[in-house]
Amino acid sequence: MSEFQELFPNLYLGFSVALSLKNLMYCFIGVFAGTMIGVLPGIGPLATIAMLLPITFNLEPTSALIMLAGIYYGCQYGGSTTAILVKLPGESASVVTCLDGHEMARQGRAGPALAIAAIASFIAGTIGTILIAKAGPPLAEMALKFGAPEYFSLMVMGLIASAVLASASILKAIAMIFLGLLFGIIGTDVNSGMSRFAFGLPELTDGLSFTVVAMGLFGFAEILKNLEIGTDTSTRSLLTKKIEHLYPTKEDMKRSVMPIVRGTAIGSFFGALPGAGPTISAFSAYALEKKMTKRPDMFGKGMIEGVAGPESANNAAAQCAFIPTLALGIPGSATMALMLGALTIQGIAPGPQVMTQRPELFWGLIASMWIGNAMLVLLNLPLVGLWVRLLRVPYRLLFPAILTFMAIGVYSVNNSQMDVFMTILFGLMGYVFMKLKVEPAPLILAFVLGPLMEENLRRALLISRGDPSVFFTRPISAGFLIAAIVLLILMILPAVRKKRDQALEEGEVQTA
Amino acid sequence: MKLKISSPEDFWSGVMFIAFGALAIYVSRDYPMGSAMRMGPGYFPTAIGLCLIALGAAVTATGFKLKGEGIGRWPWRSMVVLSVGFATYAWGIDNLGFIPSLAILIGLVSVASRDYRWKEVIVSMAVLIAGSWAVFIYALGLPYPLFWWSY
Repeated sequence: MSEFQELFPNLYLGFSVALSLKNLMYCFIGVFAGTMIGVLPGIGPLATIAMLLPITFNLEPTSALIMLAGIYYGCQYGGSTTAILVKLPGESASVVTCLDGHEMARQGRAGPALAIAAIASFIAGTIGTILIAKAGPPLAEMALKFGAPEYFSLMVMGLIASAVLASASILKAIAMIFLGLLFGIIGTDVNSGMSRFAFGLPELTDGLSFTVVAMGLFGFAEILKNLEIGTDTSTRSLLTKKIEHLYPTKEDMKRSVMPIVRGTAIGSFFGALPGAGPTISAFSAYALEKKMTKRPDMFGKGMIEGVAGPESANNAAAQCAFIPTLALGIPGSATMALMLGALTIQGIAPGPQVMTQRPELFWGLIASMWIGNAMLVLLNLPLVGLWVRLLRVPYRLLFPAILTFMAIGVYSVNNSQMDVFMTILFGLMGYVFMKLKVEPAPLILAFVLGPLMEENLRRALLISRGDPSVFFTRPISAGFLIAAIVLLILMILPAVRKKRDQALEEGEVQTA
Repeated sequence: MKLKISSPEDFWSGVMFIAFGALAIYVSRDYPMGSAMRMGPGYFPTAIGLCLIALGAAVTATGFKLKGEGIGRWPWRSMVVLSVGFATYAWGIDNLGFIPSLAILIGLVSVASRDYRWKEVIVSMAVLIAGSWAVFIYALGLPYPLFWWSY
């Protein structure tokens, strides 16, 4: 029982923060805006968060983070709505939901499909929230004992994991990590006070603004890509039939129970791992459901299990991704890197100390996640009609709106013209990356971790008097590095590679 | 044996990494290196530069081995229009005021889509300016003059 008592006052504090009128409002704005933009195709969670980031800078840290988290899972949610209704996943994690979800919709069962997706996400989100509350504190306590070598090795592992799992070519992904580290160096060196890579520009001595890099690489570049491929409304198979029978039958519910349990387990596991995330979780859950069923031939023809499993998995993963981010200060994905970036801009150094120094922020955020998930269930189902109408807005009207938001936002952060010019530069660079088929996600992760990594490397080698073996003689540090090496070796093995490539390709083909 | 670039995207991304690495090393030569025990500000960037060059070389090499799809055409029109639009906004917000800069930005970038229609652009311009005013000036309280005569 002692554990419960320990947990209870914390969650009580969390709910008292999250249930304040102001924070409830920001949570609502977050999930609403997130769902709205998540519904729109061609704008993933990354671009959405990057775009809305500046708005949150004027808020106090807790509210800002609550709103950003709301945007994040709102996006995930909106993505599955369009996957079911129009077979157009708003983001890659809901690609598999298309398969059976849209099929159900075509059979006139859009209502139950949407409802099951909502229920599965809510249950997974609730369990995910409990997991964060349970796993966060012990993990943070452990991390507080970490020295510089452990931190450095942990970051190495996180970065390698993101490269290995996220991109088609490992070599290119690792090169992108180094490029991200390099961009992270720009600015004044904390140890010597020397300004590095500023190219004589006074604006750069404070370092590259995080918003600029994120908005350029994920907002500006994505719009260029969408303009090129031409996101046309006429190709969308819009479901014009009115949605009836929102509620799933008893049989639907019964068939969904086990997939939800399994999906949640898979999602929680992958979500907490650095580098993996909602997309891989959803694919794995779908594959597992196909294996578990007695009628695998029916998959892809409107099986409710094919909606319940992946939907719970991607939501659990989205939720559990906060565990390493908040407890260790190490983001596992590019989206989480944006969250940490937002935290840094608010003047809070991310890391295990956040939980003890700013309990209201940590527990408030966790409580708000649960509230946000509940809001999504209430919000999404009645508003389905609105989301469908939103889908009819042609892209030629949509992208000027996004650009307007971005331009105002990026300028407003520092009221700096230079920031806008740098956004253009990173936007064009991001587009070149797309053309060259190099993924920008590892870059942004490394960009956020760069300064921390250099600092810890310096400190570790100072303690060891310049002897690099310190990373292997300390057991925890050695463990992280060995894990990183194992990951790399696994990915070079042809069998594993093939499987991963298949999953990635399926994802890419269908989101494009 | 004659070498042929079979995957231009790999070849050129390798070249890009090498270029960034070389730039890093070139710029860092002015920064003190220090030793492994007491690293100077030049140590970390130089190390990164070396790694980038090595990785870049490896990626370039795969450009001769792998089969790629090619890079395709560059959408110069959207690239130029979007960049000019953003740059004009950055200049305009300090000189013309919030509303004129947004009008120019929206008018310019709308042209990036090939099927733009002027009537639509005017309407969306009005809607977007009103919305931006409501969100950023009214609700968030950003202190930008609306027109040039308010500077």
